[in-house]
Amino acid sequence: MLLENLVTPGLLTAAYLIASILMISALGGLSRHETAVRGNLYGALGMALAVLATIAGSQVTSYTVVAITLAIGLVIGYIAAYKVKMTGMPAMVGLLNSFGGLSSALVGYASYLDAMTRVYNPPWTAAEQAIHSTEVYLGVLIGSLTFTGSVVAFAKLNEYITTKPVYLPGRHFINLGIGIACIFIGIQFVGADLDTGILYLILMTILSGIFGVHLVMAIGGADMPVVIAVLNTYSGWAATVTGFVLSNNMLIIAGTLVGGSGIILSYLMCKAMNRSLLSVMAGGFGEAGGTVVTGAGAEQGEVVPITAEDTGDLLASAKEIIIVPGYGMAVAQAQHAISEITRKLREQGVQVRFAIHPVAGRMPGHMNVLLAEAKIPYDIVLEMDEINEDFPQTDAVLVIGANDIVNPSALDDPNSPIAGMPVLEVWKAKTVIVMKRSMATGFAGVQNPLFFKDNTRMLFGDARKSVDAILGSI
Amino acid sequence: MRIGVPKEINLEETRVAATPETVTQLKKLGFEVAIETGAGAAANFPDAAFQDQGAEIVTDTQTLWDQADIILKVLAPEEHPELNIHEAELLKAGTTLISFIWPAQNKELMERLAARNCNVLAMDCVPRISRAQKLDALSSMANIAGYRAVIEAANSFGRFFTGQVTAAGKIPPAKVLVIGAGVAGLAALGAANNLGAIVRAFDTRPEVKEQIKSLGAEFLEVNIKEEGSGTGGYAKVMSPEFIKAEMELFAKQAKEVDIIITTAQIPGKKAPLLIDAAMVESMRPGSVIVDLAAAQGGNCELTESGKAVVKHGVNIIGYSTLPTRLPTQASQLYGTNLRHLLTDLTPNKDGQININMEDDVIRGTTVIKDGEITWPPPPPKIQAIAAHKPASDAAPAVPNEPKKSSGLGLAIAVMIGIILIGAVGWAAPAKFMEHFTVFVLSCFVGYLVVSNVIPALFTPLMSLSNALSGVVVVGALLLVSSTNTWIQALAAAGTVIAAINAFGGFFVTQRMLRMFKK
Repeated sequence: MLLENLVTPGLLTAAYLIASILMISALGGLSRHETAVRGNLYGALGMALAVLATIAGSQVTSYTVVAITLAIGLVIGYIAAYKVKMTGMPAMVGLLNSFGGLSSALVGYASYLDAMTRVYNPPWTAAEQAIHSTEVYLGVLIGSLTFTGSVVAFAKLNEYITTKPVYLPGRHFINLGIGIACIFIGIQFVGADLDTGILYLILMTILSGIFGVHLVMAIGGADMPVVIAVLNTYSGWAATVTGFVLSNNMLIIAGTLVGGSGIILSYLMCKAMNRSLLSVMAGGFGEAGGTVVTGAGAEQGEVVPITAEDTGDLLASAKEIIIVPGYGMAVAQAQHAISEITRKLREQGVQVRFAIHPVAGRMPGHMNVLLAEAKIPYDIVLEMDEINEDFPQTDAVLVIGANDIVNPSALDDPNSPIAGMPVLEVWKAKTVIVMKRSMATGFAGVQNPLFFKDNTRMLFGDARKSVDAILGSI
Repeated sequence: MRIGVPKEINLEETRVAATPETVTQLKKLGFEVAIETGAGAAANFPDAAFQDQGAEIVTDTQTLWDQADIILKVLAPEEHPELNIHEAELLKAGTTLISFIWPAQNKELMERLAARNCNVLAMDCVPRISRAQKLDALSSMANIAGYRAVIEAANSFGRFFTGQVTAAGKIPPAKVLVIGAGVAGLAALGAANNLGAIVRAFDTRPEVKEQIKSLGAEFLEVNIKEEGSGTGGYAKVMSPEFIKAEMELFAKQAKEVDIIITTAQIPGKKAPLLIDAAMVESMRPGSVIVDLAAAQGGNCELTESGKAVVKHGVNIIGYSTLPTRLPTQASQLYGTNLRHLLTDLTPNKDGQININMEDDVIRGTTVIKDGEITWPPPPPKIQAIAAHKPASDAAPAVPNEPKKSSGLGLAIAVMIGIILIGAVGWAAPAKFMEHFTVFVLSCFVGYLVVSNVIPALFTPLMSLSNALSGVVVVGALLLVSSTNTWIQALAAAGTVIAAINAFGGFFVTQRMLRMFKK
């Protein structure tokens, strides 16, 4: 075909180079609001260029299969992307992650079969053979681990299965055993011929799949932002290894970019919770998640309730308000009513801002997306570090569905399970209104002394209903 | 108890110790109030206004003093020109006098008052602690003096304060230097800044820097580090080296600025000399110096206390009591300070005062108690202004402090990295090394590109990078044309899944990013 003769290997490499540059620009563009949309377009353009160049290259001849498979992918991807609710974004990201991992594993298998059946000229040296087999093995391992781990994360986020950590007895030994077994099988695999090799590969795939399930099952809901970021990293590394398997620089570059960005995100998330990546992955946070404290405040003091009407009056008469949203706002779908309140108050000359804790929600940046969906201008949505010093000058703080991220014991109780975690210092404001369903604890299972402070008022009830009531009284 | 407010006898004094407003509040505390006729006239408070608020107007001075249990005055007692008697002699035994006294400068008066066997509370002796701010008459008066100093300067200055560009030409803004950023200095800075001048300030106390900046002024510094804070929020005498550096700064500034307002005073001492004759001479003709320390000897060598003079073409204003030039405002603030003191003295609101010597504020203010001199008081227990907050006091106890990475650790990590890369290069074939190079470089590029992403965009970043990991589709495509059915099937499945990943990722990212609106 004409196209094949036109796209020489050199031209293909050039196309890959341009595609790589576009993908790097894409991630760079995502660093600011102003350039983000363009960044995403660069990414899509880079991907399109890489795919088209590959199809046009000499290695691809079965155009019908290509057209059908890509069309299926396009349709499913499009529907999924436009049907998902913004509150369901963490699950969506988890699901897409699992696809990345699964396709890497499949390509690893295909490449292994290809390499073992093809006759190379000149024939591969033993070293080349060993390197290729190792790469395939690693790619399939990471791919299947990412796949099962992401599927579990997806199920947990959609609450198809329990969000609490689930442990098997001796789980660390199970993990260690699987790890050693994978290394041992790997050594056997590298020297094996096709028939035994494929069995080794299947065995390892099952083992690493179990490992992925086991790993994510043990992680509590509050640690989900970290897990999502970590799985994101894995799907990137899986692509990188696939690049090594297929000797394709394009895959290496794109995969590494994804892997690297995932690592940075994971690190930032861990820092925001003052925990090490290892302790998050080892699980075990929030065993007591969501216990109801009976006889609330027996030793802590009194909680002072407030009505939605009084809250509305208080907000309307304040000059400076900060709203602190948490996962509870996402669950109650209260962001649109909040947006309406914000708009009304701003019209009355009240300065309203939002304070976002890095781990609020179930995914990095989750709250920002929800507020953006509700058309809240992003320049009044501030990060913890930007706004934490402003609380003392604030008249009223509205805490909606957040708990651990506004818990003062993180700072003043060294024995608290969340000690040292940076928190939003809402209690320094003149009045704090906490909207809560009940006196239950947050995911960390830690009682929150904020509720018992003199300047705290509790607005009990469903967040959505409370917010609507406040809106009515402003 | 009955409060008597006599008319001030000093001819220059325009203030009065009570206003109709404070009379209302004093009556609420349970007091009867008597005002000498004409006492508020100079401050624009006619007798009728006091009467409306329930005060009794007394025409005879002697009667007023005789009937009162508490006397509220502005200035310290002095010789009455009409009655030919010292005001101290008018005080009957057991009366409480509240006014400015200046016990350090008026030893003889103190003895005279003590001999009358009465109580004296000196408004100039209110301790400078936060709780006492509401009755700090010195600050109230200093505030007025600072404002008035700028007004006086503007009055004598032949130009605008604010810069303008008019059809007739460009007008440069006036430059104002304020020396000493106490209450008066800060008030002057604010007033001058509001008039549009370029304002600068100097003070020996480093902690006022922020206050100066907050008023829109520039803080001038000398290169010598010396702590200028004395007790009670006042300044102390500085070392000769510091004074030399400071004088050099003033000499330089004198050539540049149009207006100098000096407010430097040290409690109980002669005011420091800051502007010498040579500096005055170096100033542009028509410049103005307002010396707020004129009564304490002046900060400027050529100041004449109580007068405005012109020396070397420079207007030097040395009016000693600027607050009397704003009598209504000054009386209002001073009267309110007195009212706050009386509120503290009357905890039961029953019109009976209780001079509680256990109370830090009342103890400091009381200079004579039952005929006994109780001045000077023991130093206040609380520092007026926390001079230097220890940096640690705001930082909460964080148990797991992040360890600082030591240089050694980094060096070891770099060494290990180099050895590892070297080992890979030694062992692996050239083709692998080529990919390995791309891999390592992409790691760095990825790190640099992503490390400055703002947290608000974390979710779109993740879904975009998710989409990018769909690049595996390229790998799947490369194998999809294989003749081996197994390979083709695996690759086709891989293509579908990776394509969902890529397409879904880009679409959902786009959808999200479109929502972020300013």
